[in-house]
Amino acid sequence: MQRIYFDHNATTPVDREVLAAMLPWFSEKFGNASSIHSFGQEARGAIEQARGHVARLVGSRPADIVFTSGGTESDNLAILGLVRASRAERKHIITTAIEHSAVLNTFQALEASGVEVTYLPVGREGVVDPEAVRQSLRPDTLLISVMMANNELGTIQPIEEIGRIAEQADVWFHTDAVQAAGKVPIDVSALRVDLLSLSGHKIYAPKGTGALFVRSGVRIEPLVHGGHHERDRRPGTENAAGIVGLGRAAELALAKLPVEAARLAALRDRFERAVLERVPATRVNGAGAVRVANTASITFSYVEGESLEIALDLKGLACSTGAACSSGAIEPSHVLTAIGLEPAEARGSLRFSFGRANTSEEVDRALAILPGVVEHLRELSPLYKKPVAIL
Amino acid sequence: MESELIAVAMSGGVDSSTVAALLHGQGSRVVGLTMQLWNQRRLPEVAGDAPRGHRCCSLDDVYDARRVAEHLGFPFYVVNFERQFEDAVVRPFVADYLAGRTPIPCARCNSFVKFDDLLRMSRELGAERLATGHYARIRRHPSTGRYELLRARDPAKDQSYFLFGLTQKQLARTVFPLGEMTKNEVREAARAAELPVAEKPESQEICFVPSGNYASFIEAYLAEQGTGLPAAPGEITTADGEIVGRHQGLHRYTVGQRRGLGLAAGHPLYVLEIDPERNRLVVGENAALGCDCCEVRDVNWIAWPSLEGPVEAEVKIRHRHALARALIEPASSGGARVRFETPQRAVTPGQAAVFYQGDSVLGGGWIA
Repeated sequence: MQRIYFDHNATTPVDREVLAAMLPWFSEKFGNASSIHSFGQEARGAIEQARGHVARLVGSRPADIVFTSGGTESDNLAILGLVRASRAERKHIITTAIEHSAVLNTFQALEASGVEVTYLPVGREGVVDPEAVRQSLRPDTLLISVMMANNELGTIQPIEEIGRIAEQADVWFHTDAVQAAGKVPIDVSALRVDLLSLSGHKIYAPKGTGALFVRSGVRIEPLVHGGHHERDRRPGTENAAGIVGLGRAAELALAKLPVEAARLAALRDRFERAVLERVPATRVNGAGAVRVANTASITFSYVEGESLEIALDLKGLACSTGAACSSGAIEPSHVLTAIGLEPAEARGSLRFSFGRANTSEEVDRALAILPGVVEHLRELSPLYKKPVAIL
Repeated sequence: MESELIAVAMSGGVDSSTVAALLHGQGSRVVGLTMQLWNQRRLPEVAGDAPRGHRCCSLDDVYDARRVAEHLGFPFYVVNFERQFEDAVVRPFVADYLAGRTPIPCARCNSFVKFDDLLRMSRELGAERLATGHYARIRRHPSTGRYELLRARDPAKDQSYFLFGLTQKQLARTVFPLGEMTKNEVREAARAAELPVAEKPESQEICFVPSGNYASFIEAYLAEQGTGLPAAPGEITTADGEIVGRHQGLHRYTVGQRRGLGLAAGHPLYVLEIDPERNRLVVGENAALGCDCCEVRDVNWIAWPSLEGPVEAEVKIRHRHALARALIEPASSGGARVRFETPQRAVTPGQAAVFYQGDSVLGGGWIA
């Protein structure tokens, strides 16, 4: 069975060019970048070159890039690091209801330790209102954290407007750009963000790699203690091979962005149109908002998304429902309930996220599988009445 | 033509794993499904009581099921039925205890989750039949065409008592590959298939109360729901109404119980009746526990569409109970009346009464 992978927001394959760039840095060039000698120096050189590539992807100075183990660590380092470094007595922080769990659960942990938190709602299209951000500001507000693109809907948040509001209010601003990087142009100066999280494995670099942009002048407390690596912000011997991979992936993402975004938008739009045409009682979530090019969130009424996802997988089409929990079972999506979907509709939703290797032919094959599977599930559903043509 | 796709409900234990191995070995296309039924992060105070690795839907069990699927090489999924399980099993379980009954959640889970939601999902995935590791047998009657439920070949493992609620539609789509096997034969088959769980010990407790401490589960659940305990401590009386002590909340007791009553009578006293209306526990002598008759409600008939007149049968009034000869009569409201040949000790409301003739399960219902 020739399988189809439409789940690139979960993870991407390592690009062959990325892998090739990494390979020398395991056995051949194995030096510790902190070492004085030539072995160390060559690793240091490669890491700094990678730092430059990652900086260019987000429009920052190379010195403001901190390498981490991934998006989750970057989010934690930004939020916990900033709050812990603040000496203010009362602390208030703001985020949205549709953040990734790496941000939401970090906010909840801080809330449990006495920090005051505002969770902003979003509209039906999955976008937060900048005015709501402004109105939630308080004199003791320390940080605003709003994701750049939502992982389930693909909706792009008004980061520039919020950045301006944060700057005027003199409040730090973090954005989780894990799902935006490589899909939309990013310029931390224009957006006025102070902290920005990136993940390697969403941009064709290996899992276990990531970065945090920390604007110079922003003080963050490291999460773990050790040596003076990454300018005292992230101790531990640098993962040279991973960092080189992330650097090459950032370079490729930036180079491919305009052409690839247009190609994926065409694939995605054709897929959405065809599904809406061929499968009754469906809707695209967040369709009225500006979205990244690769993400389609589709609600299939009268269907359990969990069954649909598994039935499609058995036919070789990989996509996803909500976030998976530790056992691998599916939990209802907090994002879809936040945009006002009823629990049954939220459970009947699937995310298709396209990527670099996907072809138009794969979209055709997926479209040949999907309507029949949905129809079969609906025939077994006690709730579904087949639509009758009105004469 | 491609062989039939069959779904296997996998708990991570040796029985359901062996079912998967047997079907896979026969050349069936198998899809393994493990139900996530209860979130152990809820009620952590109760989960903490349980011995390690004996938790419902524990990650260890899911891991074991997944390893079996990987070892044999068929697709495997963990599916979330927490919502359905809470509605169909956990909430009625708590309500039963508060109403003075002693429920059997496994039977409800079989009727309303496993052979309902999971069976429907199996069909959604293209598997027309669902196989489980239950020890029982299903046979189609040659002349009536009805599906019959029979006791397992291995009497020590027979689980037909928990399956009395299965309807004809459910039985038609269910497969019990272990019904003809003894536990030893199952272990041997597991070893022969080199299953990683071949030597895994049995689990006995109710899955979502792994510590066996129902009272603390009920208290924690009600606290989580914000309702608190409706039944506070109250009086323990004799059948004549004489107050002999105080009870700690009716949900902590079951009919026939002797230990833990905290009574200082000269002779052993047993719980005869749980009376939630007056918040009373009625106790008495062991001899008073005998009952020669009981009412059974919500009866599901397997052997025939309905009971037309009295029949002689053997009745089981709890899982570990010797069969008792009795006469079963139709009662109003679709229930049945059971008249035992000899009085039975501790006929407990909330337990199931299951009717047998020989190996065949005629039907069963809930003791009122």
